[in-house]
Amino acid sequence: MQATSRAFKENAGAALNDPRLQRALGNLRTGFQERRRAAVAGLPEFERLRDEGRAIKDHTLANLDWYLERWEANVRAAGGHVHWCRTAAEARDAILGICRAVGARSMTKGKSMIAEEIALNGFLAEHGIEPVETDLGEYIIQLRDEPPSHIIAPAIHLTRDDVEATFREHHDELPAGRPLAEPRQLTDEARAMLRRKFLAADVGLTGANFLVAETGSSIIVTNEGNGDLTQTLPKVHIVLASLEKVVPTLEDAATILRLLARSATGQEFSSYTTISTGPRRPEDLDGPEQYHVVLLDNGRSAMLGTEFQDMLRCIRCSACLNHCPVYSAVGGHAYGWVYPGPMGAVLTPGLIGVEEAGHLPNASTFCGRCESVCPMKIPLPKMMRHWRERQVERGLAPAVARWGIGLWAFLAARPALYGLAARLGAGLLGRLGRRRGRFGSLPLAGGWTDVRDLPAPEGGTFRDRWAARRRQGGR
Amino acid sequence: MDAPASRPTCRVGLFVTCLVDFFRPTVGFAAVKLLEAAGCTVIVPPQTCCGQPAYNSGDRAAARRVARGVLDAFADVDYVVAPSGSCAGMLREHYPELFADEPEVALAAQRLAKRSWELVSFLVDVRGMTRVDARFAGTVTYHDSCSGLRELGVKEQPRTLLAGVQGLSLAELPGAEICCGFGGTFCVKYPAISDRMVTDKAEDVRATGAGTLLAGDMGCLLNIAGKLSRLGAPVAVRHVAEVLADMADGPPIGAPGRG
Ligand code: SF4
Repeated sequence: MQATSRAFKENAGAALNDPRLQRALGNLRTGFQERRRAAVAGLPEFERLRDEGRAIKDHTLANLDWYLERWEANVRAAGGHVHWCRTAAEARDAILGICRAVGARSMTKGKSMIAEEIALNGFLAEHGIEPVETDLGEYIIQLRDEPPSHIIAPAIHLTRDDVEATFREHHDELPAGRPLAEPRQLTDEARAMLRRKFLAADVGLTGANFLVAETGSSIIVTNEGNGDLTQTLPKVHIVLASLEKVVPTLEDAATILRLLARSATGQEFSSYTTISTGPRRPEDLDGPEQYHVVLLDNGRSAMLGTEFQDMLRCIRCSACLNHCPVYSAVGGHAYGWVYPGPMGAVLTPGLIGVEEAGHLPNASTFCGRCESVCPMKIPLPKMMRHWRERQVERGLAPAVARWGIGLWAFLAARPALYGLAARLGAGLLGRLGRRRGRFGSLPLAGGWTDVRDLPAPEGGTFRDRWAARRRQGGR
Repeated sequence: MDAPASRPTCRVGLFVTCLVDFFRPTVGFAAVKLLEAAGCTVIVPPQTCCGQPAYNSGDRAAARRVARGVLDAFADVDYVVAPSGSCAGMLREHYPELFADEPEVALAAQRLAKRSWELVSFLVDVRGMTRVDARFAGTVTYHDSCSGLRELGVKEQPRTLLAGVQGLSLAELPGAEICCGFGGTFCVKYPAISDRMVTDKAEDVRATGAGTLLAGDMGCLLNIAGKLSRLGAPVAVRHVAEVLADMADGPPIGAPGRG
């Protein structure tokens, strides 16, 4: 996917002025946030689970090579194949190779953000393989040729009306007058369209929420059951996963699963949790003939041992997006690449470079709500600040900002001089603003006064007034 | 005010904060009054800013230069108290991290961090204050500023003390824990997004029907007051310390001055 993160400001401006998008985003506050709150309130040990989840991931990341090798050995023992891929291109080639080996013409796909990261759909289509998204949200945006705007609710930027219009346009073989007003009718229609595709697919590709070292299994969770049809009906099942998805044991996966659904959708558990271990065995009733895992690094191992390592604990629950005031103002597309919101603001510069994604870690008030809801206790604001530090170190921060901070810091390190400057400024603005009490516009303060008034200072700094009071001996 | 007699007196260095110093000295005097009522001796060392603007802009070197001044100025007080959760959070949560690779300074930073408090939580949690001697006729609503709330756990303390202000009633603000969109330099770097956030906040404030909005941080207060006045909403805006110190008789933030 071509990144447009450099244009974040313009993207955000357009998003803020798009009333349909704004209506669609209205659901975040009432939907996700409220449901998560209720789910967390209903589980007294939630805080303890967060600590456990964090410890599991920290331990795994500290011993990542060991667990990955153990996991790989167990995948092979179960009859599966592992393809180690350093880059997106290697992963695409590995997938194409598997498809070509079985003469595949179409591929059903469960939801996978990694597939977005490696821009798989366009690549497959170029090579004559039809990708079919089977998650309802992904299906809708595939019809519209749009990227997802949210990591678990890819079509959250759309209203029900948008979906109806999309179906009427693309399902043109169906009767024009059919009723589609109810969400249920939309779901049924998508299901009917997808059924044929499921049966015709040669290869099914899913993501993975976990890779389990002790068993060589992969685990996915869905609410639609589409993942199960995707991975059991075709001859070949490809799991596309990034390497930090590994956990030591099934027990560990179970611990984190208890956090995942509550943090994501406010459910106690997702509707379907599916564990896959190798291809179909003779005694199995169903399952694929081949089981492959395409394991992607794509810059993640370079984050190990840096101030960004904690980000690799992320379980993609989306709680940080759902509670982010910036995300809920501008939506996911404004971020300009695969991962939006706070987790994207940290991860994206790591994956595509801070030169490309510099806006993302800056477009935050550091309100800290993301960190407070993150089930893995990832210090998101702190890591965004680290990206800002890297920008300053490399001279990437805007010159005006660097100068401004430099001048301010020069004064702030000199109390007497600073006091003088403050006295002059507060005195002047205090006098000018006395009658109205505020400024509707002010030279050099357009960033502030374009959107809000600037309250006038009372006039006279605290330090001066305090000193005067002390001189008079009054307290 | 009931200064708990059992508590030993203490020397508090008031960290005025640059915004209070510049925009609203009244808040500084209100803080002094409250601290003295809580049995503290207040001193005001020479000071400027906590360094947060540089720190959050990624300029650690500049932030350190400014922060060193704070470490020196407040080296020999029992407590450092700021009428701001944001600045107190900087001193308490971020100074140790800022100097993590300079062990000697880090030690001083850790010592300062342990002694640094946001004003209202200091009064309640450290000095055991349970009520104030103040009157305020009217309904207020309260915005929980992000740093105070999430870094320092300031939530109940202001409500506890406000409950004792005669004549005051509190109408809780829906979404009180959602950021107002100030965010330091964020509000001028991303004005369109900030505008959207502060507009939502102002509308939520207006919908409570309260005549006055209170909060504990000047950054948020200037932002919300500026938006409320731009929208023509008749809501007065004040720092919570003004009300608690019974010093809310002057013009509110952004209102015409006297005389
Ligand atoms: S950063 Fe935390 S809250 Fe955000 S998606 Fe990852 S695990 Fe969830």
